[in-house]
Amino acid sequence: MLDRIHFLIRLGHAHKIARRYFVTNGFDGALTLLGLVIGFYSSGSVDLPVVINACLGAAIALTVSGLSSAYVSEAAEREKELQELEQALVRDLADTAHGHAARLLPLLIAAVNGLAPLLIALIIISPLWLAQAGLALPLPPLETSIMLAFAVLFLLGAFLGTISGRFWLWSGVRTLLIAFLTAAVILLVENVSRPVA
Amino acid sequence: MSTLKRIVLDVLKPHHPNALDFAAAIADGTGGCCRVRVTVTEMDEKTESTLVAIEGDDIPYSDIVDVITRLGASVHSIDEVEVSGVPAVG
Repeated sequence: MLDRIHFLIRLGHAHKIARRYFVTNGFDGALTLLGLVIGFYSSGSVDLPVVINACLGAAIALTVSGLSSAYVSEAAEREKELQELEQALVRDLADTAHGHAARLLPLLIAAVNGLAPLLIALIIISPLWLAQAGLALPLPPLETSIMLAFAVLFLLGAFLGTISGRFWLWSGVRTLLIAFLTAAVILLVENVSRPVA
Repeated sequence: MSTLKRIVLDVLKPHHPNALDFAAAIADGTGGCCRVRVTVTEMDEKTESTLVAIEGDDIPYSDIVDVITRLGASVHSIDEVEVSGVPAVG
């Protein structure tokens, strides 16, 4: 069964697409959560359950968006490719490896696209849960979450660097700079838009 | 009852699986009893024409056609065949 799935993934070049989706939507998830947590951090004292619920809501929305958008677009692309191949071969391919790949691969790619932001969001939220459970952290929970978000974004960059054959550290630093820039813009906008007391 | 020793098929296949994976799948489909050689004779935008030569002691022809069909390819013609007859007993 696993051999069969592996064969279909190779046949449809799905590993490259899934890897791209993992990084793209994982990056989306990490930056969204970073923005949310920084927003709560800059607004002062906010109850931890409120932060957790807001972050979970965003994570679930990103997951559903990732699942549905990837499935719809991939299924349409695969169906089109199958039809073109059927025309070239002058035969029905529904019951062949190509037909099976056209049905299975959109599901697998959608799962990767949906689960990547969820997994990353859960990692970023984890210090908030631990603090809520009464566990003592070396830093306050929001700061720990922000540090984790920076770490995840660095790792995603380093992963991309490894894939592209570039120096992983430079690639990681580049995504980290994007995260710093995002954080700076959020803090700046929130300070400017804050009502004068 | 005769046994099939060698057969050459003209097969139209998609680019994927490539010739190596295609040949390996056919060889696996024969239960590993046959030697398979795939020669790509023509390449088009989405398809390639190939000559699939299979050699063995008792080639399971229908199993091979089954594997070829499941991989999205189709047998256009049988170009060469070598069959060995088995002497009747008694």
